[in-house]
Amino acid sequence: MMASSYNAKEEDGHHSGASSGTGLSKNKKPDNTAFKQQRLPAWQPILTAGSVLPAFFVIGLIFIPIGIGLYVTSNNIKEFEIDYTGVSSDSPCYNCAKNFTWNTTEPCVCTVNFTLLQPFESNVFMYYGLSNFYQNHRRYVKSRDDRQLNGDLSALTDPSKECEPYRKSGDVSIAPCGAIANSLFNDTLVLYYVDSNNSKIEVPLVKKGIAWWTDKHVKFRNPAGNSNLTLAFRDTAKPVNWAKPVYELDPSDPDNNGFINEDFIVWMRTAALPTFRKLYRIIQKKSGTTPTLPNGNYMLNITYNYPVLSFDGRKRMILSTISWMGGKNPFLGIAYITVGSICFFLGVVLLIIHHKYDNRNTSADIPS
Amino acid sequence: MDFSLLRNIISRYCVGEEIWVDSRTVYIGHKEPPPGAEAYIPQRYPDNRIVSSKYTFWNFIPKNLFEQFRRIANFYFLVIFLVQLIIDTPTSPVTSGLPLFFVITVTAIKQGYEDWLRHKADCSINECPVDVVQQGKVVRTQSHKLRVGDIVVVKEDETFPCDLILLSSSRSDGTCYVTTTSLDGESSHKTYYAIPDTMAFRTEQEVDLLHATIECEQPQPDLYKFVGRINIYKDKEEPVARPLGAENLLLRGATLKNTQHIYAVAVYTGMETKMALNYQSKSQKRSAVEKSMNAFLIVYLCILISKAVINTVLKYAWQWSPDRDEPWYNHRTEHERQRHVVIRAFTDFLAFMVLFNYIIPVSMYVTVEMQKFLGSYFISWDEEMFDEELGEGAQVNTSDLNEELGQVEYVFTDKTGTLTENNMEFIECCVDGNVYIPHAICNGQILSAASSIDMIDSSPGGYRREYEDLFFRALCLCHTVQVKEEETVDGIKRGIHQGRPTSFYISSSPDEVALVEGMKRLGYTYLRLKDNYMEILNKDDEIERFELLHVLNFDSVRRRMSVIVKSSSGDYLLFCKGADSSIFPRVVSGKVEQVKARVEQNAVEGLRTLCVAYRRLSQSEYQEACHHLMEAKLALQDREQRLAQAYDIIERDFVLLGATAVEDRLQEKAADTIESLHKAGMKVWVLTGDKMETAAATCYASKLFRRTTQILELTKKRTEEQSLHDVLFELNRTVLRQRSISGLSVDCLDFGLIIDGATLSAVLKPNQEGAGHGNYREIFLEICRNCSAVLCCRMAPLQKAQIVKLIKASKEHPITLAIGDGANDVSMILEAHVGIGIMGKEGRQAARNSDYAIPKFKHLKKMLLVHGHYYYIRIAELVQYFFYKNVCFIFPQFLYQFFCGFSQQPLYDTAYLTLYNISFTSLPILLYSLVEQHVSMDTLKREPSLYRDIAKNSLLRWPVFLYWTCLGVFDAVVFFFGAYFLFDNTTFTSNGQMFGNWTFGTLIFTVLVFTVTLKLALDTHHWTWINHFVIWGSLLFYVIFSLLWGGIIWPFLNYQRMYYVFMQMLSSGPAWLSIILLITVSLLPDVIKKVLCRAMCPTATERAQRVSSVQVLEDSLAPGSGGGGGGRERDPLHPDRTCEGDSGKKAARSSDSLVPHSHSTLLSKP
Repeated sequence: MMASSYNAKEEDGHHSGASSGTGLSKNKKPDNTAFKQQRLPAWQPILTAGSVLPAFFVIGLIFIPIGIGLYVTSNNIKEFEIDYTGVSSDSPCYNCAKNFTWNTTEPCVCTVNFTLLQPFESNVFMYYGLSNFYQNHRRYVKSRDDRQLNGDLSALTDPSKECEPYRKSGDVSIAPCGAIANSLFNDTLVLYYVDSNNSKIEVPLVKKGIAWWTDKHVKFRNPAGNSNLTLAFRDTAKPVNWAKPVYELDPSDPDNNGFINEDFIVWMRTAALPTFRKLYRIIQKKSGTTPTLPNGNYMLNITYNYPVLSFDGRKRMILSTISWMGGKNPFLGIAYITVGSICFFLGVVLLIIHHKYDNRNTSADIPS
Repeated sequence: MDFSLLRNIISRYCVGEEIWVDSRTVYIGHKEPPPGAEAYIPQRYPDNRIVSSKYTFWNFIPKNLFEQFRRIANFYFLVIFLVQLIIDTPTSPVTSGLPLFFVITVTAIKQGYEDWLRHKADCSINECPVDVVQQGKVVRTQSHKLRVGDIVVVKEDETFPCDLILLSSSRSDGTCYVTTTSLDGESSHKTYYAIPDTMAFRTEQEVDLLHATIECEQPQPDLYKFVGRINIYKDKEEPVARPLGAENLLLRGATLKNTQHIYAVAVYTGMETKMALNYQSKSQKRSAVEKSMNAFLIVYLCILISKAVINTVLKYAWQWSPDRDEPWYNHRTEHERQRHVVIRAFTDFLAFMVLFNYIIPVSMYVTVEMQKFLGSYFISWDEEMFDEELGEGAQVNTSDLNEELGQVEYVFTDKTGTLTENNMEFIECCVDGNVYIPHAICNGQILSAASSIDMIDSSPGGYRREYEDLFFRALCLCHTVQVKEEETVDGIKRGIHQGRPTSFYISSSPDEVALVEGMKRLGYTYLRLKDNYMEILNKDDEIERFELLHVLNFDSVRRRMSVIVKSSSGDYLLFCKGADSSIFPRVVSGKVEQVKARVEQNAVEGLRTLCVAYRRLSQSEYQEACHHLMEAKLALQDREQRLAQAYDIIERDFVLLGATAVEDRLQEKAADTIESLHKAGMKVWVLTGDKMETAAATCYASKLFRRTTQILELTKKRTEEQSLHDVLFELNRTVLRQRSISGLSVDCLDFGLIIDGATLSAVLKPNQEGAGHGNYREIFLEICRNCSAVLCCRMAPLQKAQIVKLIKASKEHPITLAIGDGANDVSMILEAHVGIGIMGKEGRQAARNSDYAIPKFKHLKKMLLVHGHYYYIRIAELVQYFFYKNVCFIFPQFLYQFFCGFSQQPLYDTAYLTLYNISFTSLPILLYSLVEQHVSMDTLKREPSLYRDIAKNSLLRWPVFLYWTCLGVFDAVVFFFGAYFLFDNTTFTSNGQMFGNWTFGTLIFTVLVFTVTLKLALDTHHWTWINHFVIWGSLLFYVIFSLLWGGIIWPFLNYQRMYYVFMQMLSSGPAWLSIILLITVSLLPDVIKKVLCRAMCPTATERAQRVSSVQVLEDSLAPGSGGGGGGRERDPLHPDRTCEGDSGKKAARSSDSLVPHSHSTLLSKP
């Protein structure tokens, strides 16, 4: 194929006949360097049963405790998950799901009741989860303009072609453009604790710190040069499926409005798999010994804006505590225990093999 | 003559011109022939410009691009690149365009530079000054302005600017001396002759008056053949025609020596010179590895296409419901929607192809090329293959075949100059039954013949005396040796020292030099050839002069040469010397029986024998012989054949004088080399033109045949008794019977076959008899297959190539290697898979046409057993590893399609896709493939049998390939699903934030880069600092690059998807843990497989590794402080050990670090 392309030597002899006299013969002697003579000092390990088996035992001995630790940690994490899609007719959001229309001014609200059997200690993280939602579809993933989101003024009025068909609304360019922004998750979840005398106490939900720090402070920026966001976005249109323009995402807090709205940033980080969850709110730990979420009854108030039934999707709300290793995930612990055990077992097998074969091999020299 | 000229003219224009179509007429000095003699037809010839460059300034870019894209691989990548440009594909065109652009640019620059060098060389050659005779004056002009027909003046030590016909020289005898060192490497001075009619010209004016035409054949590449005729017109007389042969033609590139100046006329110029015609490129040889690589490529191409097809089909099956195809959140553009579904499906197919195209990486070709190119330097750098005497080391002419050196199954070797030294020494002569042995110690001293005569037969004194005189004179006269006089030479030992300047004997045949020197020792000294008189100093210090009338040159068909001389007494004598087989049939008298017995006895001892005979010619016989010779020499067509006929007529009715014996000593370590090759499982065949007895003796001496070898003969002598058919079948039976017996018994008898040229051609002759007799060829091959050594004697050069071809084409398709030193070996060197030339005494032709050239036969051992072995395992690992790492790379992409709606979403970022093969994983394997030594060099040399481990392309067979591919698929599955279950609907940061798809890809990619690099680390047996540097360095580079790539908002990119992804991933504990886990799991099966194979059924190589490692340990333990010796080498590893934290590496390292431990336990046991 590409052979012969380096056959420089063939060409060399072409005209050099006269020049290659005997005078050069002295220089032709190759240098006696370790590299040129391929005699560099080297360490020559070989993998034999004898040398590998201690490694297997060591791996086994390290992995199994790690695995047990991970598994226990994972088991200690409390997680509560509730599906509020409203597929079956007895679910509270059935009507909202069924009667969904895009152009409604009256938001549909539904309430889901649930009970936490155990108290949730320390910080509790509230997620929304979507299933069968292909945020990793190629057409979807690339449908954004990072320049625009970074506050580039030219990209604000002339977004990237990748945003098609969510690039322009009429003649006005959309900000933020693209399919990802357009499909921003816009259900509003409010959590109430129902105490023993049936009074609703709203659980305080913190909406800051849910996005990556770097995203919020570097990657996403509102258009520069205008402190007033309404003016900054005046030449742009809102995404088609949005109810309100981008500068009204969180009017209460200018640091959480426009492109740097954290809900928006979280949504813009596309998920790897079609079933995913995204951080919605954080429930801060209370001072003192009272659990963040005591056990008891709760009410989840949902402003149902986001249709998923059309593509057979599901919506969930998840409450979870977090350890150093993240959320509940028994996989890693089990995997570590399994691999550790296999290594240990193999170590034993190799020990037998080593006794049976290795001695025989070393005593029997190779025939010369 | 008029008629013949008329015929010429007519035949030019008429139909019967075949004879003349291949000839040209050169008008010397561009002078028209005399009117009426012949029509002046100015012919157009190219000028004397040499163009070796391929490109010009204008056509470089298009032509070079065209040539590069003619290669299938480049074309494939171009197509992929264009597809990426045209359709909307998942990866940017940069990912495949950049590497392709890089490869193309580097190659173009390299070729451009080479071409520029060629242009420069062309220029300097084309512009070098040349003296031309014009109007009786010498005019200086530039070489490229030279035209056919120009008369050129060449001075001593100048190189001929084009092919010239010698007209006259400054030497009075019209000869000139020439070396053709730069043409064929022969440094001896060759004599060229001017035709008698023009040799008298002394000045430009005289030369300019010459009125002649030269008719000669059109240019042919054969350096040693030339047929032509010169017609000299002298005022109004009939033109005189003289024959022209190769001895009149001075070749471009040769240098004038020992002659002040010559006048010559240009006949072939520029690209038509024989030198230029000879530099046409050789046919490309391909190695077995390259063939398997191409086969693997096809498999991968099929995998690629089927992957793309599967995904396309699944995509459309999955998209059947519009909710999935276009959910509300992810609409198509209007433009896309309008496209026809078939076009869309096709575009999708192409997009999948593009996504998966990395499975066939561009970089593999670059790496393989680099490996071959750089790796070949180790051969030329090898000090052990450097010959002090010659001042040269091994040469690599083609680096494409390095690994083929490790695959050789058949070695075809020449005998003379290859197995033997071709350093001839005169041993004895036998005159008429009496044996004369010169005292070898008394060099240069004249010995009385009588003192060393060993009488076998006592004959009448006078009669004997006469034969003795004739015999010695015959040997002094019948040769083509030149005497080179050189005052400043240190060679007292070779020269004559009798008050005269020292002189050398120079000849193209070392036998002749040995004979003439031997004669000198016996008292007859050949002094010189002067004015066609040969001078001999005889025993009584008298100078005898013989007029040299004709030389009937040696050729390999006749196997003899003759001279016709006129003695001072006026007798015409023909002396002939040649091989016994070509002399004896022509002998009519003499003591044939005694001489024959002596010759055979000498041949058995491995000496080269020649017989000497003479014939006294009468005046009329001489005239007749002259007539025959002249007629043949004048012929324009079939001159060779006619000459052979003439020789045949003249060389007959000989009187046998005696025979000579010359020893050709074995090359040093020839026997050891052959023994090693045998042990390495190679079959060694000796192909020689020598006679059977001599060749067989050499074979015994070189241990090709041992005492226990049963010799099977397939010679003319035997086939004369029985029919070829019977002999073949009988031999076949013998061999088969033996094999069935030896299958049971332990000591198997090995066979040696001897076959001669005549029988071979009978065997190879296509069988006309039909099926009844069976196919001789097959039976012959069957016999050969069971013989460990084969000797083919009496071979013509072409037959050597035929044998090689026969073996090459047999049904196992074995890899053949041919080694030789002479021009007669060139055909077999070119024919064999690997051709090795020995820089020998018989010129450089073999070395020039070979793939590798070595100074001595003994170097073949290191070449094959060490370099060949290394190159093979290196390239085998390189090829397998490249496919493996790209399966690992691409298969997760394939799996990801099932989770992203078959949308061709790439798993990895563009930068990772592009750089994976270019920088993250390329250097470790390249350096591995340059410096890996699985077994030490000394072990390889000590244990030739290790060569059998890699025979038959064993590391690139389908099962091995399948293993690597399965390993790749397994690893890919581990990477993907490991990450999948980790990411499955959960968070793994301690602040609850979620990761996206790019983190998912980066996690897989990180595991991938580490696993693939550590897999190579596990395969590395030879850890030099280079390996450490490159392996840990490229991992470090990956980490640093990732940090940098995600650390900045890159202003020139229109997406920032990787921003902080890598750092966020590293900040998560579970990500670290899963990376370690996944690497361990991926490497585990390979480690287990390695350990189990080594323990259960170790190969010879693995045992050798073990033994050598035990030895190293013993050495290190010897000075005391157990285990301390090994620590010296391992110390540099410690920094690596502490800074890297993943367990995969730990597995590799901790296993390694335990080597001394396990061995010390092993040692303590006995």
